Amino acid sequence: MIKAILIISLGFLTFAIFATIYRLVKGPSASDRVQALDVLGINIISGVAIFSVFLRNTGFFEVILLIGILSFVGTIAFARFIERGVVIERRK
Amino acid sequence: MLPFIFAVFVPILYKMFTPRVHTGWFVFFVPLLIFSYLITFIPTIANGNTIITSIPWMPSYDINFTTYIDGLSLIFGLLITGIGALVILYSIFYLSKEREALHNFYVYLLMFMGAMLGLVFSDNVFVLYVFWEMTSVSSFLLIAYWYEREKSRYGAQKSMLITIFGGLAMLAGLVMITSSSETYSIREMLLNVDAIYASALFIPAMVLILLGAFTKSAQFPFSIWLPDAMEAPTPISAYLHSATMVKAGIYLVARLTPVFGGSNVWFWLVTGVGLITLLYGSVNAVRQTDLKALLAYSTISQLGLIMSLLGLGSAAMYFGLGDEIAIYGTAIFAAIFHLVNHSTFKGSLFMVVGIIDHETGTRDIRRLGGLIHLMPISFTLTVIGGFSMAGLPPFNGFLSKEMFFAAVNNAAKMDFFHMGTIGVLIPVVAWIASVFTFIYCMILVFKTFRGKYKLDKSRVVHEAPLGMLISPIILGSLVIIGFFFPNLLSNYLLKPALTSILPVLSEAEVLELKIEAWHGFLNPELWMTIGVVVLGTILYLNLRKWYRIYNSYPQSLTINNLYNLALDKMENISGSITNFYMTGFIRDYLVYILGFMILVVGGSIWLFDGVSFDSSNDAPVTLFEIAIMIVAVVSAVFVLFSKTRLTSIVSVGALGFLVAFFFVLFRAPDLALTQLVVETVTTALFLLCFYHLPQLRKEKSRIPFKLTNAIISIGAGAVVTIVALSVNGNRLFDSISSYYENAYELAGAKNIVNSILVDFRGIDTMLEILVLSIAGLGVYSLIKLRLAKEGSDERAE
Repeated sequence: MIKAILIISLGFLTFAIFATIYRLVKGPSASDRVQALDVLGINIISGVAIFSVFLRNTGFFEVILLIGILSFVGTIAFARFIERGVVIERRK
Repeated sequence: MLPFIFAVFVPILYKMFTPRVHTGWFVFFVPLLIFSYLITFIPTIANGNTIITSIPWMPSYDINFTTYIDGLSLIFGLLITGIGALVILYSIFYLSKEREALHNFYVYLLMFMGAMLGLVFSDNVFVLYVFWEMTSVSSFLLIAYWYEREKSRYGAQKSMLITIFGGLAMLAGLVMITSSSETYSIREMLLNVDAIYASALFIPAMVLILLGAFTKSAQFPFSIWLPDAMEAPTPISAYLHSATMVKAGIYLVARLTPVFGGSNVWFWLVTGVGLITLLYGSVNAVRQTDLKALLAYSTISQLGLIMSLLGLGSAAMYFGLGDEIAIYGTAIFAAIFHLVNHSTFKGSLFMVVGIIDHETGTRDIRRLGGLIHLMPISFTLTVIGGFSMAGLPPFNGFLSKEMFFAAVNNAAKMDFFHMGTIGVLIPVVAWIASVFTFIYCMILVFKTFRGKYKLDKSRVVHEAPLGMLISPIILGSLVIIGFFFPNLLSNYLLKPALTSILPVLSEAEVLELKIEAWHGFLNPELWMTIGVVVLGTILYLNLRKWYRIYNSYPQSLTINNLYNLALDKMENISGSITNFYMTGFIRDYLVYILGFMILVVGGSIWLFDGVSFDSSNDAPVTLFEIAIMIVAVVSAVFVLFSKTRLTSIVSVGALGFLVAFFFVLFRAPDLALTQLVVETVTTALFLLCFYHLPQLRKEKSRIPFKLTNAIISIGAGAVVTIVALSVNGNRLFDSISSYYENAYELAGAKNIVNSILVDFRGIDTMLEILVLSIAGLGVYSLIKLRLAKEGSDERAE
C-alpha cells in the first residue's frame, strides 16, 4: 500500500520535475528560470524524502536539510544578481 | 691525448707571458713531440705490424679508446702533427701578439689537433664519431675566430650545419653497420665483411656513412661550406681546410673501403661524386678573384680527385687475386700519394697567400700583380706549389697526376659494374678537370706575381719575415723531395697504408713493381699531361675571351644560392607552420587534444576490435531513473543552446542538483551533500565572475555553432561512452571494496566513505586539502596583488 503510494508520488514528482525543466528551458525571463531552479531544488527535496522512505534509510535526511538551505541561498544570490547586478556588495 | 691536456694550460700560459712571449711557442712543441713520437713507429709499421692500445672508457657498453696504428692512420697522424707543427710555427709570425686573442686560438687549434688525431687512430667507430664531431665543433670555433665579422659567423654556421648534418647521418650509418656486424671495432668488422654484406642495412649504412664523409670532405654538392670557411685566419685555412679536416672524409672512405669496397654502389658513388667534385671545383676555381677562394675551390677539386681515386681503387675489392687487383690497387696508391702531396703543396700555398695578404693587405687577384721582384721567395714557393698542383714535372704533383691518369685509363677499360660507355667518360672528365686545374694554377702564379704593380705606392711591400717563410719553405722543399725520391716515402709509409686499405693485397710483390715504375715514357699518361699543358696554356692566354661564359650561368642556380634559399625558406615555412597551428586560441588546442584522443582511442578500438559489451553485470534500470536522466540531458543540452549567460548558469545549477539527486538515487549521501554545496558555491562564483566580465564581451551572443566543434564533441563523447561501457562490461577482477566493509573493526568508523577518506587513503585527502589551500591562496594573491589590470579592485568573497 505504502509502496504504491510512494510510486505514485514519484510519478507525480517526475511530472513536476519535467514541468520545472520546461519552465527552465522555456522561461521567457531570467526570473522565471531562477524560480524554476528553486522549485527544482524543492522537488529534489521531496524526491530525496520519498527515497529515504523507500530505502528505509535515515542517511539522506541531511541532504534534505542542505538542499533546503542551499536552494534558498542560491535563489537569493540569483535574485540579488538580477536585481542589483552584484551578488555581494562592496562595503563602502 | 696530449693536445687536450695541454689545451687546458694554454690560457694560463697566455695570461702569464702574454706581452713578452708569443703563446704559440709553448704550443709548438706539442705537435713536434707527437710527430717525433710517431716517427718511431715507422719501422714497425713498414714491416707490416700494427700497434694496438686500449684505454677503457665505457667498458659496460664495450666502448673504449682503442687506438689502432697501421699504415693509413700513421700517414694521417704524421700529416696532422707535422703540418700542425709547421702551421703553429707560421701562426706565431702571422698572428699578432698584442691584438689577437691568442689563447682562444691555440686552445681551439689544440682541441682540433687532438680530435683529429683521435679520429685517425680510433678503432672503435663510436669513439671515431666522437672525435669526428669534435673536429666539426673546433673547426666551427676556428672559422669564427674573428667573431665580430658577420661573414665569419655566416661561414662558421654554414660549415657547422653541413658537417654536423653529415656527421649525424654518419652516426646513423655507423649504428646500422655495428648492428649488422655486431662489433664496434673497425678491425673486427673486416673479419665480418660477409655478415655486413648479407645484411639488409648494407646499402643504407653505406650511403649514410658516405654522406658523412662527403660533407666533411666538401664533396659535391656539400662543398659549399669550404669557400665560406675561408673567413678563418689563414693558418687555420691552411691546416684545417687543406691538410687535415677535409681529409677526415677521405680517411673514413679509405678506412672503410675494405668493408664496403666490393659493392658497385660504393664504387659508383665514390668515383662519381669524386669526379663531379673534381670538375666542379676546378671549373669554379678559375672564376674566383679571391686567392683564398681560389685555393678553396682547388682544395675541393683535389679532394674530389682523391675521392674518385679511392672509388676506382675499390674496384680491386671486386676481383679476387690476380692482375686486376694490382691495377686498381694503384688507384688507391695514387690516392694516398696525392693525399700526402696535396697536404704539402696546398699547405704551402695557403701560407704564401697568407703572406701576400699580410704584406699587401689584399687577396684580390684583380688588385695584385707585379710582386715578383718584391717577394721573390714567396714567388718561388708559389711556383713550386702551383706547378705541383697543376701536375708539372719537377714537382710531386706530377707523379700523382700521372698515376691518376693511369688509374682513370684503367677504369675506362673496365667491363664490369655496368661500365660500358660511361667508363670512357671517366678519363675525359678527369682530363678536362686537369685542364682547368692547370688554368687556375697559372692564374694563381702569374696574375699574382707578374704584370704591373697595381697597389698604392704608399704601401711598402716587401718580403715576409723569415719566420713566416720557414714553414712554406719546408713544405715546398718537401714537394720537390717528393718528386725526386718518391720511393722513400712510398716504401716506408704508402705501402703499409695501401695494405691497410686493401687487405686483399697481401702479396706485396705485385705492388712493389708498380710503385717503382714511375718512369714510363711513351705511356698515354704522359701524352695526356702534355695535352693538359698545351690546351691549358692556350686557354690561359685567351682567358679574357671565354671568361664571359661564367657570367652566363645564372646566379640563382648556384648551390650556394640554393642553400641560402633553403635556409630562408625553412625558417619561413616552419615559422608559418608554427603560426598556422599555434593560433593562440585555447579552443583550437582543445580541438587538437580531443581530436587526437578520438583518433588514438577510437582508432585503437577500431583497429583492435577492443569493444565488447557485456550487460550481464548491469543493474536493472528503473523508470524513475530514466525520467531523471531525461531531465538532466535536457538541461545539459539547454546549456549548449542557451542564449544568455545567465540561463546557462541556471541550467548548470539545475544539472548540478540533478547530479546530486543521482547520488541520492545511487545511495551516496556524502557525495550528494558535497555535490550540493559545491554546486551552490560554484553557481555563486559564476555569478560573481559574471559581473566582472569586461564590458565588451558582454554582448549576449549565441554560442557559435561550429561543425568541427560538434563533430569533435560528439566524437569525444562517443569514444568515452564506448570505453566506459566496455570497461564496465568486462571486469577482470573482483572489486576490493569488500575489504572496506570491515571499516568498523579496522578503523572504528561506521561511515565507510569517511573512513576511506581519512583512514585508509588519508594521504589523498591530505593532498586534496593542499590543493584547496593552494587554490585559495592563489585566488587571494591574484586579487590582492592586482596583477590583473582590470577588475582587481572589485572584491571577491
